[in-house]
Amino acid sequence: MANMSLKKTPIGEQDPKVRARNFKEVSLGYTKEEAMEEATRCLHCKNKPCVSGCPVGVKIPEFIEKVAAGEFEEAYRIIKSTNGLPAVCGRVCPQENQCEGKCVRGIKGEPVGIGRLERFCADYMMDKAASNEKPVSNGHKVAVVGAGPAGLTCAGDLAKLGYEVTIYEAFHTAGGVLMYGIPEFRLPKAIVQKEVDNLKELGVNIMTNMVIGKVLSVDELLEQGYEAVFIGSGAGLPRFMGIEGEGLVGVYSANEYLTRINLMKAYLDDYATPIKKSGSVAVVGGGNVAMDAARSAMRLGADHVYIVYRRSLDEMPARREEIHHAMEEGIEFLVLNNPVKVIGDENCNVIGLECVKMELGEPDESGRRRPIEIKGSNFMLDVDTVIMSIGTSPNPLIRTTTHGLEANSRGCLVVNQDDMATTKEGVYAGGDAVTGAATVILAMGAGKTAAASIDEYIRNK
Amino acid sequence: MYKIVRRKQLNEQVVLMEIDAPYIAAKADAGQFIIYRIDEKGERIPLTIADYDREKGTITIIFQTIGGSTQQLAALDEGDFILDVVGPLGVPTKYEEGAKRVAVIGGGVGCAIAYPQAKKLHGMGVHVDLIAGFRSKDIIILEDEMKEVSSELYVCTDDGSYGKKGFVTDMLKELIDSGIKYDEVIAIGPVPMMKFVCKTTEPYGIKTTVSLNPIMVDGTGMCGGCRVTVDGKIRYACVDGPDFDGHKVDFDELMKRNGTYKEQEAAHICRLTGGVR
Repeated sequence: MANMSLKKTPIGEQDPKVRARNFKEVSLGYTKEEAMEEATRCLHCKNKPCVSGCPVGVKIPEFIEKVAAGEFEEAYRIIKSTNGLPAVCGRVCPQENQCEGKCVRGIKGEPVGIGRLERFCADYMMDKAASNEKPVSNGHKVAVVGAGPAGLTCAGDLAKLGYEVTIYEAFHTAGGVLMYGIPEFRLPKAIVQKEVDNLKELGVNIMTNMVIGKVLSVDELLEQGYEAVFIGSGAGLPRFMGIEGEGLVGVYSANEYLTRINLMKAYLDDYATPIKKSGSVAVVGGGNVAMDAARSAMRLGADHVYIVYRRSLDEMPARREEIHHAMEEGIEFLVLNNPVKVIGDENCNVIGLECVKMELGEPDESGRRRPIEIKGSNFMLDVDTVIMSIGTSPNPLIRTTTHGLEANSRGCLVVNQDDMATTKEGVYAGGDAVTGAATVILAMGAGKTAAASIDEYIRNK
Repeated sequence: MYKIVRRKQLNEQVVLMEIDAPYIAAKADAGQFIIYRIDEKGERIPLTIADYDREKGTITIIFQTIGGSTQQLAALDEGDFILDVVGPLGVPTKYEEGAKRVAVIGGGVGCAIAYPQAKKLHGMGVHVDLIAGFRSKDIIILEDEMKEVSSELYVCTDDGSYGKKGFVTDMLKELIDSGIKYDEVIAIGPVPMMKFVCKTTEPYGIKTTVSLNPIMVDGTGMCGGCRVTVDGKIRYACVDGPDFDGHKVDFDELMKRNGTYKEQEAAHICRLTGGVR
């Protein structure tokens, strides 16, 4: 009998007051019993709208049926057949816009907690040695540039088909934004590492400390005998506003702030990388990265953390759940405000952020109402740290060092959407390097599509 | 893992290390740098590539032990390993086209970076006047090596204990005033020294290139921690530099930004040496 409860089975969470000061995971995940209970809410629709909402096409009703029956290992196997990183996706996908957004149960009540169930299966299997049989080599070599979600997915899919895959990663650790960007309290790094290790067991070779475009070019990779190259180098170049005072001590890009915390573990005493201990912090922006930076600043012990956003709460691009979590943790939202100048003292330290109030005008080309300054409404925000989180764009390094690779005016690589082929033969691209800053799951979807077309390209050569 | 194949103490505080890093050695050029991380808990620290040997597949770094992470590095010996070394990073130095005579200026451990610049220019047939400044005689490094890659080598010490007494800027001014025409001046060393070299050359209108040393994290352009103001615009030293037109750099801002983590650095050294936290 289907469980007809209109609400999702509740999930355990750390108390907001406690968690706001630690880096442990906020959401505790389902127990076996909770997972089985939630799984019985699935109606097993014939046309499976949920699956059409998933960029990597996870066989959702099939795996949920196995969860309901308590066959967790089998459920995991079904998920893994199309998704290389389920422990990650279950945690960070914006399910409300994807699988769960299409769920029939969501029409009247809450959709099935597909993300929570996926996460449960992945966590359940995390410590159980799921023996990844190394596929037999087909003798063909493919290079992947970037070990973020797009590159890891593409590499995993190709390895399963028997390709000898080498990933070239610029950082000392594979994972991309999963390691340096998304904080521990949303995505524990040990889990990302485990998913990366699973790929290595599949035979994927990962070379870290390799900045493609500097140490080797894409052209050189092709000369070295790789038959195809996938570029999944992301959009890691941070933007600043171009206002006065952004060079002051205490102004960070969100990328720097989060890299120090997540990748370099600056919040732990025995790690050498330092980070500024702040009294009051202003985070400029309204995306998921802004929420991550604000919640991290709170966990580092700040007294006040403000989100300064030029539009209203309705237009914020961050996930609702993250906004909700941030509010619970005491982050103060200053919406309809825009910074005009960072103020410093005689030692170049930040002592304030001058802002101006905004109102919303007519919708712009993005469909969102355009924010307009209210003249003379300037005021001073008393902060000693400012974190700029107003977006990132692709790093020009690869496109400027590769012959025949076209990019658009925003620096994003141009690809054929059907097969992710770039303008250069044998070179494919996907993820943020193509779309500009987007989501983990879209990058994974692109990696998956590219793997399939690379396979076809090499087989037809 | 990157193996240290040679270690040489150049003076009490300055160490030379030759590291096995064939990929980096194959591409390295004057003006570029690496970033190292000593172990799992280490931070990422930038160091200029002082030399490279493409055949042996090695690069050479020369560094001063000024903080926790350089102390840890200096404590390693031949045969030991560094966990991570990434490079070559940054843009190789672009020299003034058709330059006939260039003054290369190194201050203290900056001489280790001035050295590959002089070597490259000298190899291109340019007349190189190398001005090397040190606090005193006992910390002079690379004198023989610098002599080999320059047309003239001028060593100055602040206290007059060796060579000419005074700062590199005094020497430079003297040479310019003696009628020598420089097509370019390249200055590498502590920020105040580079600032004053630029102040010295500005009235003469001599193109002056400096190699900036801001705080870095990734070194690939993804964090902006190394941003500097050049000609009123934000530039990232790790990808746009580290070389910039010295007459356009905001040196005072750079000095302030470099002091961001003074307290934490002191705490880091205390932890390593067993002092109080």
